[in-house]
Amino acid sequence: MIAELGHLALVLALATALYQTSVPLYGASTGDLRLMQAAVPAALCQLALIAFAFAALTWSYVNSDFSLANVYANSHTAKPLIYKISGVWGNHEGSMLLWVLILALNGAAVALAGGNLPPGLKARVLAVQGSIGVAFLLFIIIASNPFDRLDPAPIEGRGLNPLLQDPALAFHPPFLYGGYVGLSVAFSFAVAALIEGKVDAAWARWVRPWTLAAWMFLTIGIAMGSWWAYYELGWGGFWFWDPVENASLMPWLAATALLHSAIVVEKRNALKIWTVLLAILAFSLSLVGTFLVRSGVLTSVHAFAVDPTRGVFILGILGFFIGGALALYAWRAGSLKPGGLFQPVSREGALVLNNVILGAAAAAVFIGTLYPLALEAVAGDKISVGPPYFNLTFVPLILPLLLLVPLGPLMPWKRSDLKGVTERLQAAAGIALLIGVATFAIRARGPWLAPFGIALGAWLIAGSFTDIVERCQLGRMPTTAALKRLAGLPGAAWGMALAHAGLGIVLIGIVGVTAWREERIMVMKPGDAVSLAGLDVTYVGATPFTGPNYTADRGRFVVRRDGQEITTLEPEKREFQPGRQVTSEVGLHQFLTGDLYIVMGEGRSGGGRSVRIYFNPLASLIWFGALVMFIGGAVSLTDRRYRIGAPRRRPRLAVKPAEQG
Amino acid sequence: MTRKQQRALLLIGGLALLGIAAGLVLYALNDSIVFFYTPSEALARHVAEGQRFRLGGLVEKGSVRHDSNDAVTFTVTDRDRAMAVSYQGQLPDLFREGQGVVAEGRLGPGGVFQADSVLAKHDETYMPKEVADALKAKGVWKEGSTP
Repeated sequence: MIAELGHLALVLALATALYQTSVPLYGASTGDLRLMQAAVPAALCQLALIAFAFAALTWSYVNSDFSLANVYANSHTAKPLIYKISGVWGNHEGSMLLWVLILALNGAAVALAGGNLPPGLKARVLAVQGSIGVAFLLFIIIASNPFDRLDPAPIEGRGLNPLLQDPALAFHPPFLYGGYVGLSVAFSFAVAALIEGKVDAAWARWVRPWTLAAWMFLTIGIAMGSWWAYYELGWGGFWFWDPVENASLMPWLAATALLHSAIVVEKRNALKIWTVLLAILAFSLSLVGTFLVRSGVLTSVHAFAVDPTRGVFILGILGFFIGGALALYAWRAGSLKPGGLFQPVSREGALVLNNVILGAAAAAVFIGTLYPLALEAVAGDKISVGPPYFNLTFVPLILPLLLLVPLGPLMPWKRSDLKGVTERLQAAAGIALLIGVATFAIRARGPWLAPFGIALGAWLIAGSFTDIVERCQLGRMPTTAALKRLAGLPGAAWGMALAHAGLGIVLIGIVGVTAWREERIMVMKPGDAVSLAGLDVTYVGATPFTGPNYTADRGRFVVRRDGQEITTLEPEKREFQPGRQVTSEVGLHQFLTGDLYIVMGEGRSGGGRSVRIYFNPLASLIWFGALVMFIGGAVSLTDRRYRIGAPRRRPRLAVKPAEQG
Repeated sequence: MTRKQQRALLLIGGLALLGIAAGLVLYALNDSIVFFYTPSEALARHVAEGQRFRLGGLVEKGSVRHDSNDAVTFTVTDRDRAMAVSYQGQLPDLFREGQGVVAEGRLGPGGVFQADSVLAKHDETYMPKEVADALKAKGVWKEGSTP
């Protein structure tokens, strides 16, 4: 019964979305304020209906209603509650429902928060948002209904893929989708602006916080996915250039570019045409990502859907929105007035360079991800494009950008001189050089390039805070006054410094793991010991163990340094009951200098067991840096210009003289 | 600086960077892509010794031999031709006899495939997509059946 109500709610949501698309758009073109305002209740109503449908599916999962095909295929009574809930989006149908839920959430947020948007723009934005809802609700209802019934109902479900039963992965899709779908708002604003033929600072001031929020979600979503791959897949790596990972990296790169170009529109009223294109491309890449992951064209654990009709349907949606928006762009972009002029060496110039490099890097990832698919479709050859390709293209493209990041924020608008900027960065360069030399001196081995990587990270961190240190005149003023200034700096300045520094932290982590990882792969018998990175690891033995929905062999490894016991790690080899799938649980201990990482293989005859032990120097900095970037975004969102009447266009009508007296 | 100059400069700069990117992409695509073959395809194409490729198929039942220290040999078959594989390292969790596997490496002396990575990524039907496609094309395996 609940499931049928959920299904009904979806159909009603589709009707509402159709209404939300057509009526306000018509109203905006005829100037009928009443029709334009109909978008707001429609958006709220759509959210309520989809939220109800989502709640109905969640209810079915929590109560293990196996008469639903979706619940049967992806849940099991013995599963812990948190994975029953995360199972809702741990499969194709449910994750699409989560997708439209977040879409509706974004639409409703624009409807509620956009009180001071001009009515025409608001109506058009919500109409475009509604049209995306129409497409994906149609897709869900026709091709991937999560409420399909089974008759007779099975007694027990098949269970969620054990690899997905993990806290980081439980919340990875909601964050990632928050980012993907959050970019739909920038897309809707871009399309609405093209229809209106007007882009101005107020428009950019609206687009930027939404893009920033979407970017934050993407950052955390990608970091969670990478963290999951790191300790759940047990391969010891954090990024594999897997197409599914690339599918989330491409929108992230585009969102990062959009974030920066929107500043130019907001502050200088320039780069408008480019920014509109970027907003369209960013969401297009989100759609491409959704297509890659959801259509089953990839060889990957993520590709649960192996149904070509779905792939073709999503491809149709993709073609309609990307093609439609780009056609509209080609037709209308000329009507946008070009903005202010600037010298090549200026803040604008730096941001353009940022955009060009990010665009090129995203294109390289795009080609590497889609070329194998295209080749297979055209020539039938199966190839794989792996890490070597991305190391040869993405890395050389992105490194110069990292080098230039600290320069941009120190440049004034319109025109600047490199000499002045580099002089201000002398201290940061000195710190970076010092750290690079120190790294060179203490490193025992590893590639000679690695100290440069560490120095580049330090340069990013020190350079990012240069502006803040200068602005509060720390050291030149009494400390209390300087601290007061520090606290009084705008959120945007702090946010930018944190986000850029976070990038530096991530870089240092990546360099550490890539250059100095230590690895031991061998067969160990109880009592055997091995030493790496100054630690002695002794294998004590393995004992059988029973979990809620699996049986396991739990190993015991005692870790000592100079004979002193530090910790005991207990990696597991689990076998999950439904499906008899085997997974590894990594034994992980995070030292300040890096991660000790133990994976246990199968038992061998004679009591031996194959074991892999890694020491990953500085690994945790990768995810810590991502968190710092996220916090930077959040701090930037608190900037007062987003709170206080800023996103307001000049009022058209003069306010009537006060009548009350 | 006039608007025209600004546009020209932007265009030239952008195109230059795009050119670099395109060059890198072409070079990398030429240099680092890896083809996927089944044992029959690899033998029919006479893949040269030392050339990198990915070998996919089923792990032949009873062919897995563990040597002293984590070296392992097994045979990959597509039910038509077979190829011996040697690998030094820990096999993935999902590696099983009679089930699908993808090994990446080079053909060594004596026609033995020297793998440097072994993948057994797959869905719940225990079949990597490439392997499933290849076997389906040969009519060995149908959707939903267990090989």
